[in-house]
Amino acid sequence: MITLLYFARLREALGTGREQLALPDGVTTLAALRAHLARRGDAWAKEMAEGRNLRAAVNQVVVAADAPVADGDEVAFFPPVTGG
Amino acid sequence: MSVRVQQQDFDISAEIAAMRRGNPKIGAIASFVGVVRDVNDGDSVATMTLEHYPGMTEKSISDIMGQARGRWEVLDALVIHRVGTLKPTDQIVLVIVASAHRGDAFAACEFIMDYLKTRAPFWKKEITPQGGRWVDARASDDKAAERWKT
Repeated sequence: MITLLYFARLREALGTGREQLALPDGVTTLAALRAHLARRGDAWAKEMAEGRNLRAAVNQVVVAADAPVADGDEVAFFPPVTGG
Repeated sequence: MSVRVQQQDFDISAEIAAMRRGNPKIGAIASFVGVVRDVNDGDSVATMTLEHYPGMTEKSISDIMGQARGRWEVLDALVIHRVGTLKPTDQIVLVIVASAHRGDAFAACEFIMDYLKTRAPFWKKEITPQGGRWVDARASDDKAAERWKT
């Protein structure tokens, strides 16, 4: 299982901030995980689409799309940050 | 070096006094306070809510302070960032950097703030007369952070 977290605008659009997911076979990278989530359709298809400007972190470190994702990871998706 | 993410307000003079106490090597202290404005992108802002990523937010700010320490002579540093609901005139963020000389203190303080704005996971949602809206990231903030790469 992995823990998925969604923040800010994305959390509202998806209607959830946290879920547990059993990593499907063949999903080993962040990009593959994002594509898998987009296949849920509706808001997921829209928000996780490749053209959307999303950032992601694996185990609380910002990573690129080709970063590996493995069982036990905490994976977060979020819009560009706006603090300060 | 410390990082605090909290709902409650902060007192800059108390924080500076605490940093100076018992450290005679400090010759310069630079600080920055960010404040909630009443207008953003042409609309009046009634309140704003700040969301963060508990754990990662603190870690990313600590990492930014570590980078500052690697580039300048930093004797001590503090970042306090508020979360939750804030209103115009409220303080939102505090950066304090102590150094032996002003050049290092000024530069490190500005660097920490520029990197915090573009890397630390916080998100602002403004409540305006038209309703709630998530604030968009600004290209000017990316540009400000970019200049430290040279």
